[in-house]
Amino acid sequence: MSHVLSLLVEDKPGLLTRVAGLFARRGFNIESLAVGTTEIEGLSRITVVVDVEDLPLEQVTKQLNKLINVIKIVELDPAQSVTREHMLIKVRTDASTRSQILEAVDLFRAHVVDVSPDALVIEVTGDSGKVQALLRVLEPYGIKEIARSGLLAIGRGSKSITERVFKN
Amino acid sequence: MLTGSGAILRTLEHLGITDVFGLPGGAIMPFYDELMASTAIRHILVRHEQGAGHAAEGYASSSGRVGVAIATSGPGATNLVTAIADAHMDSVPLLAITGQVFSTVMGTDAFQEVDIVGITMPITKHSFLIKDPADVPATLAAAYHIATTGRPGPVLVDITKDAQQNTAPYIWPPKIDLPGYRPVTKAHGKQILAAAQLLAEAKRPILYVGGGVIRAEAHEELLALAEKVGAPVVTTLMARGAFPDSHPQHLGMPGMHGTVPAVLGIQESDLLVSLGARFDDRVTGKVADFAPGAKVVHVDIDPAEISKIRVADVPIVGDAKDVIADLTTAFADLMGAAKPDLSEWWARLDFLREQYPLGYDLPTDGLLSPQQVIERIGQLSGPEAVYAAGVGQHQMWAAQFIKYERPNAWLNSGGAGTMGYGVPAAMGAKVANPDRVVWAIDGDGCFQMTNQELATCTINDIPIKVAIINNSSLGMVRQWQTLFYDGRHSFTDLNTGHLGDGGQTRMIPDFVKMADAYGALGIRVTKPEEVDAAITLALETNDRPVVIDFIVSRDAMVWPMVPQGVGNSSVQYARDHAPEWEQE
Repeated sequence: MSHVLSLLVEDKPGLLTRVAGLFARRGFNIESLAVGTTEIEGLSRITVVVDVEDLPLEQVTKQLNKLINVIKIVELDPAQSVTREHMLIKVRTDASTRSQILEAVDLFRAHVVDVSPDALVIEVTGDSGKVQALLRVLEPYGIKEIARSGLLAIGRGSKSITERVFKN
Repeated sequence: MLTGSGAILRTLEHLGITDVFGLPGGAIMPFYDELMASTAIRHILVRHEQGAGHAAEGYASSSGRVGVAIATSGPGATNLVTAIADAHMDSVPLLAITGQVFSTVMGTDAFQEVDIVGITMPITKHSFLIKDPADVPATLAAAYHIATTGRPGPVLVDITKDAQQNTAPYIWPPKIDLPGYRPVTKAHGKQILAAAQLLAEAKRPILYVGGGVIRAEAHEELLALAEKVGAPVVTTLMARGAFPDSHPQHLGMPGMHGTVPAVLGIQESDLLVSLGARFDDRVTGKVADFAPGAKVVHVDIDPAEISKIRVADVPIVGDAKDVIADLTTAFADLMGAAKPDLSEWWARLDFLREQYPLGYDLPTDGLLSPQQVIERIGQLSGPEAVYAAGVGQHQMWAAQFIKYERPNAWLNSGGAGTMGYGVPAAMGAKVANPDRVVWAIDGDGCFQMTNQELATCTINDIPIKVAIINNSSLGMVRQWQTLFYDGRHSFTDLNTGHLGDGGQTRMIPDFVKMADAYGALGIRVTKPEEVDAAITLALETNDRPVVIDFIVSRDAMVWPMVPQGVGNSSVQYARDHAPEWEQE
């Protein structure tokens, strides 16, 4: 089962190696990983999707917590959080298929960001289900290349993980 | 203003470090230039960096203080890796300081450059790279803090040569900023109460004591709890000495080579109170069959150990010293002056103790009994001595047949199983405890891995005593070959003692000549009647190290034994001899 973990970490050299190495070493499978800075200087957020059962998940979070540079780990409940993926899709096209593809792009509220005579680059943002669905629709036309981000996630409502950490 | 290397020295002095083990090289030379002038810190020049690492471990494990090992970049640093891994497995507070090439050439495959921070990431509690001399005090202080608090462990600090040479203001005390590091020491009151409740209700409780009790210096609290509850105690390989062997409630060591009462006691228990232990596979055997009827209270300072192997009914995160004291109080509040009635439980355990005491058969090949030699060393040296073992049969016998009455008297490589730990660890222990007798109980295989430190011992006046339990083979591997590989002794004959498998007498090297070459007193013992005199001579010789080459039988095996991969109820008291299983 997939779980979304949000890690607040110190932005230190080697941090990503420590996190990734821990997953590899303990045999935990990473489905996706996204890293970026936060609103606080010196802190980064890693959003990681892992495919594990509940008990191993407890081990994952406990082992991650032991990393000195990891400040806080929260598992985001899908019902209480917003998740987004970002994907760029290069799809094969010609005069006969272009209009059908553009129609699909519209339906999915995606955008065309590059046009050439025989290909389009489409940008789409959404939860994993939506992104996957668009991919399926475009597949018959011939997908030449995709680039996708890791999943990003944030809790709903006014609470923030960083606030909770620094209140104590 | 101070140079970075001056700051390293000043910081170590401020941290109260008095002894360090190391070996210089190019990238750490600026620091060594400072170290030469230090009067507060004794530096012991080892012959191999692995020796520095294990010496620092022995120093730490025998004293509770942090051990410090210093090496240069590249191979100097990689030679520390085994000792760092060892310290990681056994939660030893170790500070490893390594030189690194100039920051300007890092990443270019410069001479003697290795990414030691990267290499040691999986085997350190944490690691740092210093490129700026201004970072030296705060980083070293943070490293010391991490190594010594919470669950102790090794921390590596890699310092570039330019950071050692350049100058910066020296600020003490520095501000340590570790927002992600807050070890929990005081446990949750509700959980303590739940554990006390289970202890009050249990009919067949057992206290399963691990090395954490020793690291937490919680042995007195443990004694109070055990006597208050009246429950039996087992001490793991890492916890030998946490509870006195002479105490009537002590059942001995559990696990693959544990005593029958300890192994079966756990199997038959209805409550397992784990104190600073981690359900190692050498203790549990097949996990699914381990203590099948027991509820588990698991106390550990490392939350990740709790429910890692066996799900705990009552998880308690905290420092063993505080938790055990709180648990005793909570139990006393529940029970008052009364004690639970454990008489039926003790009747069963006493039966097992009577039927299956630890013991050994004398060999029939005319050679010494290794168990008897080790037992006599323990009896003649007493509980105030320190005993450091290598890894293998002799380690198990030293855990079984030496009687430990105090913590930090027994040093060994439990988790990593590092052959070669013994001699350098004994050296480190002797530096930390100059007034104690310190033995390395070693094997002929182990001794050949790190004996170069005998030179260090002789030159630096560190008179350790080494007992080589010489069965002329890699004994534990040989034992498994005898038992599980149809007696096919593949490459386990070391030709160091007596008749080899080929029939010819070989003694390569001759350990007595070797001791002599190192300036140590070498003694060879081949007859049982010579054993006591040799040990006594060793105990009386304190002007140089002593090496006794005990020529023992290679047919002696470690018993009892739980074969790998089966449940602990399959414990064999001796070969093909399973104890009587409770009839129900």
